Amino acid sequence: MMDKKNIPNQEIVLEIKDLRKSFGDNHVLNGFNMQLHQGENLVIMGKSGSGKSVMIKCLVGLLEADSGSISVMKNDITKLDQEALDILRADIGFLFQGSALYDSMTVRENLEFPLRRHKQKNSLDTDINELVAEALENVGLANTQDLMPSELSGGMKRRIALARTLILKPKIILYDEPTSGLDPITAKEIIMLMQEVQQKYGTSSLIITHDIDCARVIADQMILLIDGIDYAVGTFQELSASKDPKIKAFFK
Amino acid sequence: MHPAIPIYLVSMSGIHNIKTQFKSFLIEIGELSYFTARFFKEVFKRPFELKELLRQCYYMGNRSLFLVAITGFIIGLVLTLQTRPTLQEFGAVSWMPSMVGISIVREIGPIITALVCAGRIGSGIGAELGSMRVTEQIDAMEVSGTNPFKYLVATRVLAVTLMLPLLVFFGDAIALFGSYLVESVKGDVSFTLYFTQVFNSLEFGDIVPATIKSIFFGLAIGLVGSFKGYYCKKGTAGVGKAANSAVVFTSLLLFIIDFIAVFVTDIFYDL
Repeated sequence: MMDKKNIPNQEIVLEIKDLRKSFGDNHVLNGFNMQLHQGENLVIMGKSGSGKSVMIKCLVGLLEADSGSISVMKNDITKLDQEALDILRADIGFLFQGSALYDSMTVRENLEFPLRRHKQKNSLDTDINELVAEALENVGLANTQDLMPSELSGGMKRRIALARTLILKPKIILYDEPTSGLDPITAKEIIMLMQEVQQKYGTSSLIITHDIDCARVIADQMILLIDGIDYAVGTFQELSASKDPKIKAFFK
Repeated sequence: MHPAIPIYLVSMSGIHNIKTQFKSFLIEIGELSYFTARFFKEVFKRPFELKELLRQCYYMGNRSLFLVAITGFIIGLVLTLQTRPTLQEFGAVSWMPSMVGISIVREIGPIITALVCAGRIGSGIGAELGSMRVTEQIDAMEVSGTNPFKYLVATRVLAVTLMLPLLVFFGDAIALFGSYLVESVKGDVSFTLYFTQVFNSLEFGDIVPATIKSIFFGLAIGLVGSFKGYYCKKGTAGVGKAANSAVVFTSLLLFIIDFIAVFVTDIFYDL
């Protein structure tokens, strides 16, 4: 296993230790470890079915880990009750692979939904309108407020989903395959948008992808998830220069 | 059947299949019971999601109104047309409003409306929640700090439980109107006379059990539809299966509830 290098000298905002998760006889995660630092873009790559999505779902409490610890901003989420977990979730944005916009709501309602449910419950309608407008402006889709998700293209849906993720100004953003299913140009636009967001809000990002171009552009650090463990950790340049055949397979 | 396979082996495999199906049926009943218990636990907890509840009540009530009206009207017409010759034979046509009134209010109205709503509302809930599960919208809701069970399931189940008795009343009224139309044409009966006879024959003991039964029908439609959709397996095929099995399972459950309701009502009448 390679040693981790080039770790930014910043506070750890997210840490996983010895995470294990099985579904019956299928051992998906076999002691996965990782650290995400403040302001860092950490890319996790792995083959389909390697447990990337399972890991990210364990991170936000959508799946319960069999063992191991998950610390998000010094809170072990495996030990939090539902109420505390919901409060913590306001600081974690999650961009789903398929955007996961609510079909029955307009773009504006999609963006208002997390706002009205979280800490800004007492906000005035004008404040909410301003936040919605700002979030949409950030993703370059200011005039889509009254559209339904079915009226949007794949790229627009992904942008709106990112706006919904950003609206609570989270400290950490988790991206699950942010460019999958998009054409190369739109994928590039989404990657640029992710970089802009990172620079503007100073968020820490955990990006799950098997898009090598996305990883090259955005990764400060990379982890290769192979056989349910953090098989290799390093920068893109370090990993792409590796002689290990399992690692080389990703960069062909 | 392949001639080389002995008949007793075929029978054994048949028995094994029945056992497996029965086992999975029992597991499903167990999971549905747990789901029902969770509904009762969540529905009385804050926040009450009143806005979503009212929206669901409006959609479910409003969208089923036309279908319930058409079905009720046809049932009223057909029941009267089919019964008339027999009553005529015994010289008892004057009993028609009482007979139709009691049978519609006690039994035909609630069960037919519930079956129509199982197809309309139950499958709709199953498909909607199933689609939300498959496209990760339920996960997105949970990540945003909302309890999806409370927001999606509790509101829908409560809405259909509240709306079904109202739809049953509406369906009953339309069915009786359909029956009156036949009687006014064939028997020259006035509107006032027909409905006076209907209401004179109806008792408190006819309406209350039917209403209670309708509440349970609504609960069953909402719970089964939500259960099937909420735990829908991945893929578009899973959504279709959720909608379809919601209707099949609910229809079966409605008849079981109906049987129990009639049985219990009968015991009370005997006391």
